[in-house]
Amino acid sequence: MSDPRLAIIPGRFDNVERIIAVSSGKGGVGKSMVAVALALSLRAHSHKVGLLDLDFTSPSTHVILGVEGLYPEEEKGITPPESQGLSYMSIVHYSADEPVPLRGLDASNAIIELLAITRWEELDYLIIDMPPGIGDATLDMLRLIPRIEFLVVTTPSRLAYESVRKLLVLLKDQKIPTIGVVENMVVKQTDFIKEEIHKIGSRYLGAIDHDASAEAAIGHLEKLEMTHFYRQVEKIGEGI
Amino acid sequence: MHEWALAEGIVKTADKFAEDQGIEEITEVKIMIGELQQVEHEIIEFALDQLRTPRMKLAKFTIETSPARFKCRKCTHEWQLNTRNLDKETGEAIHFVPEMAHVYLTCPNCGSPDFEVTEGRGVWLVSIKGRKKE
Repeated sequence: MSDPRLAIIPGRFDNVERIIAVSSGKGGVGKSMVAVALALSLRAHSHKVGLLDLDFTSPSTHVILGVEGLYPEEEKGITPPESQGLSYMSIVHYSADEPVPLRGLDASNAIIELLAITRWEELDYLIIDMPPGIGDATLDMLRLIPRIEFLVVTTPSRLAYESVRKLLVLLKDQKIPTIGVVENMVVKQTDFIKEEIHKIGSRYLGAIDHDASAEAAIGHLEKLEMTHFYRQVEKIGEGI
Repeated sequence: MHEWALAEGIVKTADKFAEDQGIEEITEVKIMIGELQQVEHEIIEFALDQLRTPRMKLAKFTIETSPARFKCRKCTHEWQLNTRNLDKETGEAIHFVPEMAHVYLTCPNCGSPDFEVTEGRGVWLVSIKGRKKE
């Protein structure tokens, strides 16, 4: 008989207007920074926004937000705590920021458990910071989350793009809506990524310049919101 | 409460199964709950009672617990965990997301966090009894 948790997951998103997975084929492309800046900028435009960190083995959104010691409330499931105006859910609420060494099946079970018990309030956007690659978490999202859309992050590196291209092909083959691709950490603008994205029929959402001040703003939101990086993510957010 | 989420899943799955099998009235639902979930039986029984669908108005819910057993992938040591011995913080984290066992527990023989939960994880429906349409 089927897993009882699976029966309730789709309904957990009934109050959420748009579910956007910020994803990449490769790690280290700035996905979490883009996810947090996108969530904060949408909130700054008076939207109700949730942020879900699904990178269980390397969660980092709590570091960017500069929060610790949050704990969800229990109410016929669990309600995500509020952080910086966002409904915020992360495994660190339960792992106390200790290492989370999970094999694939365990990671998948943990994701299913968290999705089944989390009750999201009414949201305009739920931004999901995905782990890199096309492994368990990505496949679970494609299987379990209704109406999910992907916003894909790459860097100008051909190595990063090669992995991103595979993710884009998978999403296209599975007929999963893809908002488009963001080119992050751009030092010198070229058309390479833009042309490659157009070749496979996806949308190039824009370039984000490499911004050393963004690294210095990690954990300090008032500084992050002043960066060139944040403003560029905000502009991309206005177009989605 | 976490028990309510589990009860919601059990009721929806049982009702859908009955619908697919043409069962008009469910008389009994047997549920197995892994010890690692540390579910309060009284709360889940209350939640199941509150969430009953018309098809299971008179159904009896039977809940059994499967003990939590582990096997180390590194040294193959096997052991059983008494969840009552966990401290409050560890117990709560594992209650909500049982995979957090890998954060807080290690093999008592070699100290590795790379172990398998061989029994006592999850919630599943063992059987559903009922009457079909005549």
